[in-house]
Amino acid sequence: MAKKRKSLAKKSRAVKSKASPRKANGHDLQREVEQFLYRQAECLDGKRWQDFIDLFAADGTYWMPASPEQTTGDGVPSIFWEDRNLMSVRLRRLGHPRAWSQKTAWGTNHVVGNVTIEKESGNAIVARSRFHMMEFRNDSTRHFAGSYIHHLTRTREGLRIKLQRVDMVNAGGPYEYVLQAWV
Amino acid sequence: MGVDIGLDLRKAVEPDRVHRGVYTDPGIFELEMDRIFNKVWTYVGHESQVKNVGDYWTVQIGRQPMLMVRHSDKSVRVLYNRCPHRGAMLYGDRSGNVGKGIICSYHSWQFDTDGKCKAIPLDKGYAGTRLSIDSPDCSMKSAPRVASYRGFVFASLSAEGPSLLDWLGPAKVAFDDICDRAPEGEVEVVPTCFRVIQNSNWKIFLENQLDALHPSVTHESTGRAAGDIEEQLKKKGGEAPLSYHFLSAFATPITKWDVFQTIGYRHGHCILTGYMGLRPRDPDTLAYEKVMEKAYGKQRMEEIFGVNIHHVLLYPGLSVQSPLQQLRAVRPLAVDKTLTEIWHFRLKGAPEAIYRRALGYYNLVNSPSTMVNADDLWNFWKCHQGLASDGGDWVSFHRNAGQDPEENGVVTSVIGTSEQPMRNQFRAWAEYMGVN
Ligand code: FES
Ligand SMILES: [Fe+2]
Repeated sequence: MAKKRKSLAKKSRAVKSKASPRKANGHDLQREVEQFLYRQAECLDGKRWQDFIDLFAADGTYWMPASPEQTTGDGVPSIFWEDRNLMSVRLRRLGHPRAWSQKTAWGTNHVVGNVTIEKESGNAIVARSRFHMMEFRNDSTRHFAGSYIHHLTRTREGLRIKLQRVDMVNAGGPYEYVLQAWV
Repeated sequence: MGVDIGLDLRKAVEPDRVHRGVYTDPGIFELEMDRIFNKVWTYVGHESQVKNVGDYWTVQIGRQPMLMVRHSDKSVRVLYNRCPHRGAMLYGDRSGNVGKGIICSYHSWQFDTDGKCKAIPLDKGYAGTRLSIDSPDCSMKSAPRVASYRGFVFASLSAEGPSLLDWLGPAKVAFDDICDRAPEGEVEVVPTCFRVIQNSNWKIFLENQLDALHPSVTHESTGRAAGDIEEQLKKKGGEAPLSYHFLSAFATPITKWDVFQTIGYRHGHCILTGYMGLRPRDPDTLAYEKVMEKAYGKQRMEEIFGVNIHHVLLYPGLSVQSPLQQLRAVRPLAVDKTLTEIWHFRLKGAPEAIYRRALGYYNLVNSPSTMVNADDLWNFWKCHQGLASDGGDWVSFHRNAGQDPEENGVVTSVIGTSEQPMRNQFRAWAEYMGVN
């Protein structure tokens, strides 16, 4: 069993290295991006909102389009279109003692996968991935799924998000209740 | 009806209080469908949703699946979304264009965009039967009445009743206020519709729309959070975009809401005054005013900007926020389930920046990520839960009861937080339900 797993891992690395060549110094970009995405998901599930916001560059944007055809959130309706300032409003609101709808126990569980590096040039990286998220709220569960596109930039502090695009499978559908935190 | 409502409707509504059963009794919900939603004018959509001949949108009126479609003579038709053959729904999607005609996916009966049957395949099969293609039985049924006001299309499932304009009465100002603010005098829909489902009775939402007593309580968290960041941005020397103000205004202290006023009209319609501070002296507004002055002249422009409206409620199915060009249509799905369809509009001829102002509100307050309605919907759900309990039978609307001056059927609240709008809504409710 252990042997099999090892050989599988080897195989997948071989495939990966074709899509995103490892740098000469042995740096594995695929793995670095994956770890970054997992960390971001952990921030959400752990409700570490400030840590979540800090993964964004100073001019970073979190965007959930209203429909998959949209190519920008600028000047068109979006479900989320938030810079760090608006994200800070959301953070403060979530933490306010009289944010009434926060009174019921809730939590989420994200699983992120299918991570592919679409582009790497200089410090700019574009990665595509898919997510499933289950939310428990008010004694019932909701299930969301969709894709992420992360436009990342490499800074001295590590990777930071310039733009995160979140396409919900149900973007155009009716929402039972609303989304209070980022997905 | 055959539904046991377990409540004497005549005893359910008093001038200053209402029995909880009207919110929670499924039998009463069915009666409301018959006596209210099958009778009133229901907002169907905006003409610009169906620009080209054959364009359609599906929409629900009361319990009925309907179709709004642009006919070849350019008129907008509202038809039952149902095939007269064996009853299949004709369009199961939300919108599109009918192409060569409306064609049923079951046996291919074909209809024109006015509902008239154009073709039945293998029609020899009907020779000698009592069905002929020219009979109305072969055509899609139209809504008994369709009318539009300044591009906003309404339909009524009842052949009888007041005309749309009579029914709207002075509340038609909702559409005048939206359209007049456009230099070209009309608006165009932005074809995104956010849909949010509330797990509560539809009336709870309507009562909330003009409830000036609730924002500073319900929305304190969001109001303060936005106010804090607004301050920070100002301290850093920048100007916070107006959208921060939209949010921080929700934290306006409870005492200040009294300076506003509500005006109740016939049929349950109502206005909340309180201009939203949309005339700041920033370059965007000044540029907009230039275009407006050119279009209307100074005097008329001042009149238009002088209209003092926060919200207009068109009972029982539409809440219009005219200064920000958005509206929420209410589609009751069940006694404890209500769909809201949220649209916003572009002012034709106005600078892009003015649209972006409305967009900021649409995104922040009306999208499914709303930091405002999150707490409203939570309260609505809790209201519905509480009303379903045996902890008490009555819902209180006593605030300033008997104090609001009334003239010619128009009730003006003594103060902004008077529960006049709710009393006015139930006056109309009782009338529709035949229990006044
Ligand atoms: S049901 Fe429509 S053609 Fe038969
Ligand atoms: Fe509210």
